[in-house]
Amino acid sequence: MRVTIPSPLLDYTKRRDVTAKGATLDEVLRDLDRQFPGIRFRMVDEHDRIRQHMRVFLDGDELRDPATVLDDKRTLHIVQALSGG
Amino acid sequence: MATRRSPALLVATRKGAFILKSDPARRSWKTSAPIMLGHIAHHLVQDPRDPKVILFSARTGHLGPTIYVSKDRGRKWKEAGSPPAFPKAREGFKTHVLDHSFWLTPGHASEPGVWYAGSSPQGLFRSEDGGESWQPVSGLNDHPEYSQWMGAMENGTPDGPKLHSVIVDPRDKNHLYVAMSSGGVHESLDRGATWKALVKGMDVVQGFPADKLYVHDPHCVRMCPSNPDRLYQQNHCGIYRLDRPGEVWERIGKAMPAKIGDSGFPMTVHPRNDKVCWVLPMDGSMVWPRTSIAGKPSVYTTRNAGKSWQRQDKGFPAKDAWWTVKRQAMCGDARDPVGLYFGTTQGEVWASRDEGRSWRCIARNLPEIYAVECAEL
Repeated sequence: MRVTIPSPLLDYTKRRDVTAKGATLDEVLRDLDRQFPGIRFRMVDEHDRIRQHMRVFLDGDELRDPATVLDDKRTLHIVQALSGG
Repeated sequence: MATRRSPALLVATRKGAFILKSDPARRSWKTSAPIMLGHIAHHLVQDPRDPKVILFSARTGHLGPTIYVSKDRGRKWKEAGSPPAFPKAREGFKTHVLDHSFWLTPGHASEPGVWYAGSSPQGLFRSEDGGESWQPVSGLNDHPEYSQWMGAMENGTPDGPKLHSVIVDPRDKNHLYVAMSSGGVHESLDRGATWKALVKGMDVVQGFPADKLYVHDPHCVRMCPSNPDRLYQQNHCGIYRLDRPGEVWERIGKAMPAKIGDSGFPMTVHPRNDKVCWVLPMDGSMVWPRTSIAGKPSVYTTRNAGKSWQRQDKGFPAKDAWWTVKRQAMCGDARDPVGLYFGTTQGEVWASRDEGRSWRCIARNLPEIYAVECAEL
């Protein structure tokens, strides 16, 4: 499926649009890590929870549960929450 | 002929890292372009066993924590394949989430490639492959009394509770010390498998029970390179010395002038004289401003193991300077005379090349400085 990458993670992918395989959100994030080693731990903690300031949307629907089943015809948007200073 | 390396400082800031390089006389300093601009840099440390190697602990405000490794003296950086992380929680069990690796320490001279990382929240991790992959030191992280040592997360320091001051005895790779804010000072004789608290003699904030480890807040512990049986400590509640095999810290800060007190964060020791150390006092009165006392910055040194202290402020602003210097942000080199360096949260780096007798600012307008470490690059 198509996945869009936020600017803080472009060091890993070098491009905004990538593709990844998987039936669930967890599988897609693990496939991204296979392609771009290290990217998953920047987004997901050691207990498989999406980090506080990261957001994942399947088109307009926000996903928090890694077990969420994905429709590979849609686009997964990984977004960095706006915060900090 | 071997290349003569120049003095350098590895400066970690809230917005990235910088490398300051000097001529051999330590007169003229140049600041590099930012490294990983925007990343929160916690600590950069050169490997004394292989000086081409530098490790760099980082995170950002949004992304998880990681470690970068340079094998060419800081020109190029590669991320660790498996950075420090707590083990995944078993179903129904509570565990920790690593916020950042706070402190980096190279392993023993006989163990090239071994590194230790102290984390926030408190945890100890070890790498045996030069920082590429990291494993938790279970003897500490999974200790049955962990929660009694560290207390609750909300008891931690404002930047998060942390394990710091990881010290490897140069005579014995199995002999380790760590300190925790909060959690006290601990010693292991078996490479981290088991631990013993070393807090006797350490004061705590009045009203707290001193027999509880979680109220002990050592800010920085240093071992004397010339005498590994001697430790100096800057604590939330005073300055201390411990001579092993003794187990009771002596509050040598009581000899500081009363109007200065003995609060502060960093502690720096002389590389060849175990009677000499330096502290940077900060205001610990009332609500603990932790700024230069009365707006007049000073370093204090002892040359007799804490029996008496001398003020060193030549070159500092005489008034109206409200500096804060964090626990990792002061260091000394191994040259003769010793060079001393510190960085302020206002982004200035100050240096002395005469063991603190005189000081000058060698960099300003950097981001908030978290750590300053000496290097030879």
